[in-house]
Amino acid sequence: MTDQAGPEDTPPAEPSPRATGHTAEGDAPAAPAQPLPRDAGSWASKVDRLTETRVGSPAANVVGRRLTGPVQGFGKMWRKTYRMNIGPGIPPERAIAIWKEHFAEFWPRGSKFEPSLTGISPGEVALLDVGIGGGARLSTGVFVLYADEVSFTLMTPQGHMFAGWITFSAERATGSDGRRAREARPTVVQTQVLMRANDPLYEVAMALGGHRKEDQFWIQTMTTLAKYLSAPPVEVHTRTVCVDPRRQWGNAGALWHNSMVRTALQAAAAPLASIAHRRRRAHRAAPARRP
Amino acid sequence: MHVRQVGDRAAVIDIKGDVTAASEPVLMSAYEQADSQGAQRLVLNFGELEYMNSGGIGMLVTFLIRANRHRQELAAFGLSDHYREIFELTRLDEAITIYDDERSALSDAAS
Repeated sequence: MTDQAGPEDTPPAEPSPRATGHTAEGDAPAAPAQPLPRDAGSWASKVDRLTETRVGSPAANVVGRRLTGPVQGFGKMWRKTYRMNIGPGIPPERAIAIWKEHFAEFWPRGSKFEPSLTGISPGEVALLDVGIGGGARLSTGVFVLYADEVSFTLMTPQGHMFAGWITFSAERATGSDGRRAREARPTVVQTQVLMRANDPLYEVAMALGGHRKEDQFWIQTMTTLAKYLSAPPVEVHTRTVCVDPRRQWGNAGALWHNSMVRTALQAAAAPLASIAHRRRRAHRAAPARRP
Repeated sequence: MHVRQVGDRAAVIDIKGDVTAASEPVLMSAYEQADSQGAQRLVLNFGELEYMNSGGIGMLVTFLIRANRHRQELAAFGLSDHYREIFELTRLDEAITIYDDERSALSDAAS
């Protein structure tokens, strides 16, 4: 279960065409195709490393990174669940459709979520720029692992604050009144994070207020979503469970990819890079001297 | 889900139909049964898996952690190409050893 921390040494892989059933040109004749299950279109195709092709996007902490799930990572494993009841008027499918479409707008002020042109759909990469307290910022990304009509899941890359999945979902409440029509039951909207801090530095940061800040982040996001949906005033209920109290010391080397450190270094180096760039331009623009 | 004890050390859990977060009580009950029989190796048979969403994958992680806590190995077989790719994409395959069939999953346990 060791993460392959260290300098990236292989180029990003192309996504496989699993969901479409297409095969690359030149492939050997394949065995008879297995019928695809009904979840096939909801999952992203397999990628080994993330790619990001948007011109000018600040994707330095995303390109070439491997995805990390809760099995990877360094710190204790947590399952955090944030739930709110938005009443019976908004069906789960509508709540999730709106959440996907306006995902970035519901984020708290000071944090930026930049989806791809196709938005929240399986296999897409979105870029993040999040204030994490004390003036520090985290520029990283997330990968859309799964998306269907009533849920979607984001997975984090190396260097992100945590290794894990964030699943956003909505469903009709299942109460004790089994005879009640489905449409009459309230819709419950949920964010669930299954995560480990990615490296020792993040583990310390999570313990020193990172968990609290994350709770505030999702509560604020969900409250904004509820307002947008014109739901009655909501209360977001939080439940935190430590799934695994062990730390995975074999993954401590993931510190190498830490996007918070890299973002700070990139910010510090930016003026020097700008001076160097201006000098290069001036040098190119100067008339060539004659001997 | 059905639990089969194989020898003294292994148990096979046959998974049928849908695996979602809602399957957790059923899978954990299967775990309890296998654990009570003293299985040191738990083998998940996905041969009749029909549907799995991201909640189902999350539930498998919880199952894995539970097995690890009891020092039990977790293996799987019967995954279609589609679900094998999902295991690779989510990197669950780094923690749950995947075999082509039940015999190889169990023979590895015996060795």
